[in-house]
Amino acid sequence: MSGVKRIAGRAVVVLRSDVDTDQIIPAAWLKKVERTGFGAGLFEAWRKDPAFALNRPGAEAARVLISGPNFGCGSSREHAVWALQDFGFQAVLAPSFADIFRGNAISAGLVPAQVSDDAVARLAAVLADAPDSEVVVDVAARTVSVGAAVTESFQLAGYAQWRLIEGLDDVGLTLRHEAEIAAYEGQRPDYLPALP
Amino acid sequence: MAARLFDKVWDRHVVASPEGEPPLLYVDMHLVHEVTSPQAFEALSLTGRKVRRPDLTVATMDHDVPTIGLDEPIADPLAALQIERLAANCAEHGITLHALGSRQQGIVHVIGPQLGLTQPGMTVVCGDSHTSTHGAFGALAFGIGTSEVEHVLATQTLSQVKPAAMAVTVDGELPAGCTAKDLVLGIIRALGVGGGAGSVIEYRGAAIRALSMEGRMTVCNMSIEGGARAGMIAPDDTTFGYLEGRQHAPKGAAWERALDDWRSLVTDAGAEFDTEIRVDASALRPAVTWGTNPAQSVAIDDVVPYPEAAPTPAARQAAERALTYMNLTPGTPIRDIGVDIVFIGSCTNGRLEDLRAAAEVIRGRTVHPGVRALVVPGSAAVKAQAEQEGLDQRFIAAGFEWRSAGCSMCLGMNGDILAPGERSASTSNRNFEGRQGPGGRTHLVSPAVAAATAVAGHFAAPADL
Ligand code: SF4
Repeated sequence: MSGVKRIAGRAVVVLRSDVDTDQIIPAAWLKKVERTGFGAGLFEAWRKDPAFALNRPGAEAARVLISGPNFGCGSSREHAVWALQDFGFQAVLAPSFADIFRGNAISAGLVPAQVSDDAVARLAAVLADAPDSEVVVDVAARTVSVGAAVTESFQLAGYAQWRLIEGLDDVGLTLRHEAEIAAYEGQRPDYLPALP
Repeated sequence: MAARLFDKVWDRHVVASPEGEPPLLYVDMHLVHEVTSPQAFEALSLTGRKVRRPDLTVATMDHDVPTIGLDEPIADPLAALQIERLAANCAEHGITLHALGSRQQGIVHVIGPQLGLTQPGMTVVCGDSHTSTHGAFGALAFGIGTSEVEHVLATQTLSQVKPAAMAVTVDGELPAGCTAKDLVLGIIRALGVGGGAGSVIEYRGAAIRALSMEGRMTVCNMSIEGGARAGMIAPDDTTFGYLEGRQHAPKGAAWERALDDWRSLVTDAGAEFDTEIRVDASALRPAVTWGTNPAQSVAIDDVVPYPEAAPTPAARQAAERALTYMNLTPGTPIRDIGVDIVFIGSCTNGRLEDLRAAAEVIRGRTVHPGVRALVVPGSAAVKAQAEQEGLDQRFIAAGFEWRSAGCSMCLGMNGDILAPGERSASTSNRNFEGRQGPGGRTHLVSPAVAAATAVAGHFAAPADL
């Protein structure tokens, strides 16, 4: 996985709260055995509405999604992250994220940038007037800006930020602790279940 | 220092606490299914890594399996490929698989407890958000994404930031006609759909203690619908009674040693929680969701709410959107809402106790002519036991379809779906837009209310019949 330091491109604004992963990628798409090709299913039901933000001309070039609180709630499907990435998104800005979605995003290299409710409102207001503006997400500085008009800071835990910027192999990171894992395994109680 | 149940289980699984990184947590049992695992296995083979502990990994097929015509080839080529892929991956890595057609196949969260694989004090993970179900045993159990599935396959650990601890204390006694499902829908209504985010909930109080293991699983199952990472209930004699004698439960002297340990898995007196909410069980009534998230529910005696009554502008907007999608008018009595489909099943309410409760309601009655009703047991073993008790015959005689085990209409991956505009009463856990099929409208209810609704043709409690 390659690292992500700075993201620049158009944004799409979907101001709804509690956007669940069934909306982001419906279950019918989960039958694939690959990680790619989910972009066409992104927000499949909502895209049937011609007025939906993703149908706006230019949206296909968007890199940043701005949405409401509790983004990504519901199912643990990482396919939701893959669908956003496959469409072209590299960051999602929201006042809060569902726990599993945030973890999946960080694992897969999609930046879950937590901004305040007010910041979402300010960004949305600027983009309502100038929807084709370039939005820059600086992962290292933890800021998002739209031209000179607005700059907001966002929250992203330090360890997550490091993993995203470096694009690290999580399994490789953990295997640095091989000796500790083996030692732990040596002292597990014998009554714990194990398959034959 | 006074510790919470959650701390006790967490602390005993910390493998390493590297400076500046989240702790590394050991996983005692990893449950695998066909939908969220193929990409994880593929990543393993691309990196040349092996499954570290196939003996702590168990797989089943549930999400997109057919629930009829099991003796015929699977009609959907994509589902068939996922199912084949899981079988091949399990064979290659030496993982025990309860394949479609086997006696122990079923929904992953039904078979774990049934086999005695879920025990107090364990960590249990699965590429599925309803892994929270297993917390009913005093285990720390949570859902993970596919990259984490790969991580657990390769290392048997997860790097995890420690969540906060929330107490949900349920005092009093559930009124007659109220079930664990009504209780958890009441809790989520109080909590909100994101209210538990960042937290592990411990369910406490007299009403929780009074629940059977099945009921406790129903409650913990829906923790994720309140946004929580996991739900836990301290183990007690109800837990030990359920576990004793199950296939993978400890036996003989090991059972005694395990019991000694398990009895220590309680929150110490004086331990404090980061947040606490209290719910009065005696004030609850059978619940029906009216909206498009599981927090949007009312009592069956109530009416479809007015969005103007919502506490915030955002909640009002969400309610308006939900009512439009659900095609409901505020003020309509819930009992006046007719349904097209009744679905009894899922990891929330597809266990034997749930099927018995529904079968009790339909005794001597028939499904309303305008309604299609189906029962999908949570596992092949639940199905077999129900058939031994004659429940299948009672469902069939009443006009229900009696299916084989799987997730089925809970998420509609296997072709059991609502048509656009169809309305269901469902014992599952999610009423998101399109969850049971594009354009479908889902109302979450208990098995007893689902059965009564199937008979009445509109929402009804058993006492109404
Ligand atoms: S029954 Fe539904 S919620 Fe449970 S595991 Fe299956 S799809 Fe998920």
